This record gives sequence, C-alpha cells and structure tokens, in this order.
Amino acid sequence: MPGLPDAPVAVDEAAVRGRRRFPGTDSYVLRRVLASVGTLAFVLVFNFFLFRILPGDPAKNLTRNRQIPQEQVDALRESFGLDQPLAGQFLAYLRNLVTGELGISYKFRQPVFEVIADRIWPTLLLVGTGTLIATVVGLRLGIRSGWNRGGRFDKVTTGTTLTLYSMPEFWLGLMLLALFSVGVGVFPGIFPTGGLRSPGVEPGSLEGVLDLLWHLALPVATLALAYLAEYTLVMRSSLIDEIGEDYLTTARAKGLPDAEVRRRHAVPNALLPTTTLIALNLGFVVSGAITIETVFSIPGLGLLTYEALRVPDFPLLQGLFLVFSVGVIAANLAADLIYGRLDPRVRG
Amino acid sequence: MIPVAPLLELEDVSITYAARDGDVPAVRGVSLTLEEGQTLGIAGESGCGKSTLAAAVLRLLPAGARVTGRLALDGEDVLAMSWGRLRAVRWSGASVIFQGALHSLNPVQTIGRQVAEPIVIHGLADESGARAKVGELLEQVGLPARHADAYPHQLSGGQKQRVMIALALACSPRLLIADEPTTALDVMIQAQVLDLLDRLARDLGVGLVMISHDLSVLGSACQRLAIMYAGRIVEEGPTAQVLRTAAHPYSAALAASFPTIGDPAARRRPRGLPGDPPDPRDLPSGCAFHPRCPVVLPQCATDDVRLRPVADAWQAACVRVAAP
Amino acid sequence: MNADLGAQPAVPRAPSRRAIARARRRESASRVWREFRRSRSGMFGLAVLITVVLLALLAPLLADAQGLDVTQATGDPLSPPTSGYPLGTDEAGRSVLTLLLWGARISLFVGFLATLISMVIGTLVGICAGHFRGWGGGLLDRFTDWFLVIPYLPLAIVLATVLGRSLFNVALVIGVTSWAGTARIIRAQTLAVSSRPYLERARVLGAGNWHQMSRHILPNVSPLIFANTTLTVAVAILAETTLSFLGLGDPLSVSWGSMLDSAFTVGALSTGSWWYIVPPGLCVVVVVLAFTLIGRTLEQILNPRLRER
Repeated sequence: MPGLPDAPVAVDEAAVRGRRRFPGTDSYVLRRVLASVGTLAFVLVFNFFLFRILPGDPAKNLTRNRQIPQEQVDALRESFGLDQPLAGQFLAYLRNLVTGELGISYKFRQPVFEVIADRIWPTLLLVGTGTLIATVVGLRLGIRSGWNRGGRFDKVTTGTTLTLYSMPEFWLGLMLLALFSVGVGVFPGIFPTGGLRSPGVEPGSLEGVLDLLWHLALPVATLALAYLAEYTLVMRSSLIDEIGEDYLTTARAKGLPDAEVRRRHAVPNALLPTTTLIALNLGFVVSGAITIETVFSIPGLGLLTYEALRVPDFPLLQGLFLVFSVGVIAANLAADLIYGRLDPRVRG
Repeated sequence: MIPVAPLLELEDVSITYAARDGDVPAVRGVSLTLEEGQTLGIAGESGCGKSTLAAAVLRLLPAGARVTGRLALDGEDVLAMSWGRLRAVRWSGASVIFQGALHSLNPVQTIGRQVAEPIVIHGLADESGARAKVGELLEQVGLPARHADAYPHQLSGGQKQRVMIALALACSPRLLIADEPTTALDVMIQAQVLDLLDRLARDLGVGLVMISHDLSVLGSACQRLAIMYAGRIVEEGPTAQVLRTAAHPYSAALAASFPTIGDPAARRRPRGLPGDPPDPRDLPSGCAFHPRCPVVLPQCATDDVRLRPVADAWQAACVRVAAP
Repeated sequence: MNADLGAQPAVPRAPSRRAIARARRRESASRVWREFRRSRSGMFGLAVLITVVLLALLAPLLADAQGLDVTQATGDPLSPPTSGYPLGTDEAGRSVLTLLLWGARISLFVGFLATLISMVIGTLVGICAGHFRGWGGGLLDRFTDWFLVIPYLPLAIVLATVLGRSLFNVALVIGVTSWAGTARIIRAQTLAVSSRPYLERARVLGAGNWHQMSRHILPNVSPLIFANTTLTVAVAILAETTLSFLGLGDPLSVSWGSMLDSAFTVGALSTGSWWYIVPPGLCVVVVVLAFTLIGRTLEQILNPRLRER
C-alpha cells in the first residue's frame, strides 16, 4: 500500500461525508421553492395594482357599461374593500384570494373561480400533450442536428425549425386547418374544424375518447410544431457548445463508439443549459394556448381569454392572468427541480 | 529467439492540420521507439507538436488532421487499424493520462462511474466487478475508495489528477502516455504525482511516455529524454546526459532555463532564449532553430540537419555534431 | 544641410482620444461587415429585409391609399385573384394586395417602436443591474427575473385592454412585456465587462457611475445590444401580429395581424378564401425569418465564445 501523504483528502472527506449528513439536495430544493414563492408574491402584488391603474372609480370600472343596480355596486365595493385605504384593499384582496373569491365575471354572471375551473382541463390536456411531444421530438432533432453540425440533416432541420419559429402559431393552425380539415387539393380534410367533441357522442365511452383525440389532433400538432422549433434550436446549440470539451476526448480515448460518447457524456451536459432555456420560455407555451384555442375553438382557458377580452370582462381577465402566472411559476419550479437532479454541482 | 516488437514505434511520422488558410505542419518526420518498461520524456515549448504526437497514438486527433508514416503499438499499425480494432485497443493497449485539473472529467457523472466505464466496455468485468476494481484503482493512486461516489467538482486538482491516473490504469494497458500530468498543480502535489507515476511504471512494468514543457519534471522521472522543436525531435538520449551535456543548443538552453537551487553559479549564468517558437505555417529556412540559436553558423540558414549520432543511443540534429 | 527655418513643416497633431476610439470602432464595424458578408443566411435575411422595407416605404406609390377606404371599395367581396386584383379582395371588396402593402408599414412601424421601448428599458435595467452591486442591483435583478416568469400574452392582453386600442399602446404593451429577456443578456455581459481590469482602473481614477456606464460599459455591450435588437424586432412583429389577431390593435389601421383577424372572423377558411389568409401570414413569416437570420448571424460573429470554435 503506498505510504503517500494525502493531506488534501482531509478537507474533502468532510465534504463527501457532509454531503450525506446535510444533503445539499434539500437546500437547493428549499431555495428554489422560496424563490418561487417570492415570484408568486410579486405576481399577486402586481395583479392587485393592475386594474387599479384604471382611471376613475374602480367599482364603476368593474361594472363598466353594465346596468347594475346601485346596491350591487355598493356590495361589490364593500367586498373588494374599495372604500378603504390602499392597505385595507390589499388585505381584502388577499383574503379574497385565499377563499378563491376572484370576482364575478361580467359575461357569465358567475364567480370567476367557477368559470375558470370549468374550462381548465381542455387547456391542460392540450398544453400538456403538445409540450410533451414537442420536448421529445425537439430534443431528439436538436441532438441529431447538433452532433453532425453542417451536415444535410442539420441544414434541413435548422432551416425548417427557423421557419416554424418565425411563424405566428395561430397562422400555422389556420394552415393546418386548411390542409387537413377543409382539405385542399391532395390534402384530405379528415379532421374536424374545431371544438372538442362531436355532438351526440358519449364522453366516457371509447368512442368518446377517440372523438376527443380526433378533435385534439390538429391543435396539439400545431402547438407541438410551434414549440419544438425552439427546443430543437436550443438543444442543438447547447450540444454544439459541448462538442469541443476535453471530457469528450477522454470518453473517446476510452474506446467508446461515437453514439455512446454522445449519449452518455455530451447530451447529459448539454441538457443543463437546455433545461434553463426551455424554462425561460414556458410563458410562451401559455401564450400559444390562447391563440390556438381561439383558432380551433377549443373550450379551454385560452378561448376563455379571447372571449373575455372582447367584452372586456375585467374580473375574468384578471383571474385568468393570475391562473396563467401561477401555472408558469409552477412549471418553472418543476424545471428548476429537474435541473437540480441533472446537475450535481448546484446540489453540493 | 523471436525479436519482440517494441511497445511503441514511430517511424517518420508527420501530422498536418488542415486550416482555412493553408495546411499547418504540426509534426514533421518524427521517429521514436519505446520498449516495454521504459520511460521516455518528450519536452518542448508550447506549439512544438508534442501533444499532437501524443493524441496521434490512439488516433484522437480532430477530423482535419492527416497522419503519415508508421505508428505501431506492439507491432500493430495503428493508422491501418479498423475502427472496431482501434476502439478495442484504446485504453486496453495504451491509455492517456490527460490533464486532470482541466475539464477532462465529465462534470455530471461520479468518479466511480467514469473509472468503471472502460472496464465494463472492454468486457473486463460486469457492473459490480467493475465497482470493486474501481475501489482498488483509487487506493492504488492513494485515494480512499469512497471517493468513487464523489463528483469531479468536489475534488482538488491533485486529486483529480490521481483520478486520471487511476482511470488510465483501469484496463491494465501496456503503454501509458502522460500529457502534461503536473501542469496546473502545486509543486508539492507535483512531486507526489511524479512519484506515483514512477512507482507505478516500475511496479506494473508498463511503458511510460511523459510529455511536459517542464524539464525538471521529466529530469527526475524519465530514463530517456527527447527534445522537440517546431515539430521535429532535435535531440534524443539518456536523460542525464541530455540535460547535463546537451548536444543541441536548444536542449542546452532549455535545460539552462530551469535553475538549480543551491548552485550559486547557476544564478549568474545567462538564461532564456530570445524570440519565440516559430509559427508552423512560416518556418525558417534551413534549421528551424537558427534564428534563435546562440551558436549559429552561416550554413544553418540553408542546411536542414537531421538527427546524427552523438554517442551510443544518443542523437542530436545539429550541424555541430560531427557528421556520421 | 541648410534648412529654411522659416518654412516649418506642419507638425501633425496627435489624434484625439475620441478620434482613436472612432477609428477603432470603424475598423471593428468593417470587420463585422466582412464576416457578415460571408454568411449566406445572413445576407439572404438582409436582402429580404431591405426589399420589404422598400416595399413598405413605397406603398403610397405602389398602391393608392384610397384602396384602404372601405366606403370606396370597388371589388366584389372575397373574390379570388384576378388581373385587376392580383391577390383578390377582402370582405369589403378592397384589394388584398393594397392592404398587404399598407399593412407592412404598420406591422414594421409597431415592431420597430416596440423594439425601441423594449431595448431602452432592457438596456437601462440590464446595465444598472450588472453594474450596481449590493441590494440596488439585486433588486433590479429580482425584478427582471419576475418579469421573465410572467407569461407575456396574458399580461399584454390585460394591459392592452386597460390602456385602450391604439398603435402606440400596442407598441408600449409589447415593449413593456418583452424587455426582461434583453435585460438579462445585457446584465450578464455587463458583469463580464465589469470584471475587466480597465474598469477597475477607471474606478480608481475616480470615474463616477454614469461615466463608467456610458463610456466603458456601454461601448463594450453595444455589439451584443445590436445583435439582440434584431432578434427583438422579430419577436415584436410576431407579438404585434398576435395582438392584432386577437383584436387588440388599432381598429383604424390595417396590419398583417388585423388582416388575419378579419379573415378569421369572416370565416375566410370555410369559404376557401386562401388569398386572404395565406399572404399576410406568409409576409410575417418572411420578415420575422429575415430578422432572425440576421440576428443569429450577428450573434455568431459578435459573441466571442461562439467565434472561437
């Protein structure tokens, strides 16, 4: 056994041991959760001031152009604490939030909370499926084009994704509708022009599920195409950044075939900046949902937003803004936690 | 008795990089031999081609590089190997000790996984057997086995260098190539790492090629020393003789630039060389060293001298060495 | 030698600091242009952009402004392209080609204005966040991160609804919702620049904050700002198109987005009036793609990290 002095080990032993006693993972998770709560607080405050920047009496604005009896306006004013100083209003606002009181929608004459709760699941279905497909396909395309940069696959992929990226997603939806719903020339018009269900189909049955899928096909395809452009480009450039690194030479020298060098070493490292960049763009996912639901008449939160802004239904808009923001914050937190699992350096 | 092929044999090896504005000759006609159990040091300033040479042995050069000449590992022509054979030979026939202090290790994988990887790939053991072997290797280089669960960023520079050594030994290669194994390390750690390499080479009977710009490092660890300049070997011989009584003026200048502590006369001796190493794309005529040579002769600008024997197993490429 | 002492040769004045700086900037600008010329995609984007801007500027000459007046429309509503109407007509009988040309002006104008607002806010916040350490910079930092998280379209919709529908408001809304991305990039670059030695020296010599930021940081961050601006215009034009499509644009102006809104509302899809739906969207794609290609090329040239490869 070598009798070599190994002084530096003492310091790192503590680090390696400490890693198990006070796992760094937990503190990272805590930090990210706290950051998200901070962002949420900001959004709440921002939301509060948002419709108070309207000139004039907020109660009148809430009930703009509506023939509402004076007692209701007064009741509204009281429940929102509008006759109190700002601090009181803010407390009333927070109190209302906690109880799920987001106001009454003009258009639907129902509590905003109910209206939103009714229409949330189509959006979740649409956005969830679309993002999943976009991520899986986009990352693979990005890896393949980035690894063989400059090749024919790369050129075609980059050109196509750049074009998709430059397209307004709702116009892409219109084009897909024209090609596959209305049908043009050789393209079959086999998909429905909108909506979520065909009339007369039992939602719970197998036929209902298939009908749902049939209706969701084009909108999900539109969303997926619109998002995967970004993901492909980001993954591609992240991978290109890794290609010149020394640890890949080490991997090759060990005798690994090219595909394994890419899969085991380059990609896990390239995923780190990719995750960060994708997280930054999660806001666009929500924005895409709004326009695509409008084009395809999917009765989700996006179409609801469109209907609300036409009125304009301020309480509903405000509630939707809050829900969208919370959604993006939550998704960002999820992305942060995923990043924490991928990169050991932030944990320890 | 059948003569055994040398462990590493380079015969007139030239390496050229293709660049946008013309080819760059990084290595020009290098010939070297290394027998089993020998240690050879290759010294030279940055850009002289020594790292390129090291990478060439396992065909690790970037895509635009062209290699000519003969490069044989245990008698087998590396340049003619099929892709599959090359991958099999990599790490099991010869391995490279990269500079650990830099990013030669995957930052998101544990040390243990990275050291185990070549063992598993070359079919030397399964997952659990490899894990045991990793523990052994780490202890061989003086690291506690539990460091297998650590990530590279948790280790110091010296520890990472030891990991690189352990990694290089993973498949019990017959040849080790250490590329700047002590650069970017503290002097104390340097000594430890060199000691380690020296002992391992002796105990395991592997051939060791050590590449460095630091002659003091090579002086202590290598039996033979080769000095490179502008892509050529300008002197090659037993270490002690090359260092103390260099036959080539460049070797002499290089040796002189590393002062001997405790020798008062050394402090007053002139050191260093004027000028910079030449740009490989724009080499001087004749002997590439002549613009900086302190003992230059008129014919050095026109005559390019190849290696000439100075004594037994010692050669230098200088016109001042008596012609054969 | 007998020199004529009366005729002194004019001693050239040493070039002023500003002249040196200007010459250096000119030189680096020409270097950037030379490298840009080599990029096929960049040059293609530039060619497209110049063409579109020219067409937009020449719109009054190419298509009579009268063509925009709904009351004076002479064509049949939603009729396909004919020799008289090369791109057919809209639901009021106006020539789609006329709308397209004039719409270009609005789309580009709003895009540029929104970019200006976004870049001004983003640059200011970015440089200050990167330059001022301590809780001032930290606060700006947090502020930027918060704005990054908020989804842009819901915010834009709420703001646009509240502020009212006008061209300026659309530009303002887009500017206010998109500055955060720029700020982040500028902040990172400012931090990188701030750590350089000459800034330390400037500080030691007593350079105030404003001087440091405007004379040292800004010129070094400018190339990045330039590349980022191009990409921001692309995003701004897409945003304007989206907001107009949703009906939040100026009701009195025609832009490509508002054309798509009208087309969608009158059911151009089901009547197969492709000439009303395809061209405006296609124009947006082409222009945004052009800006994106230019921006990416500039980024590759100006980002030292990317250049090393």
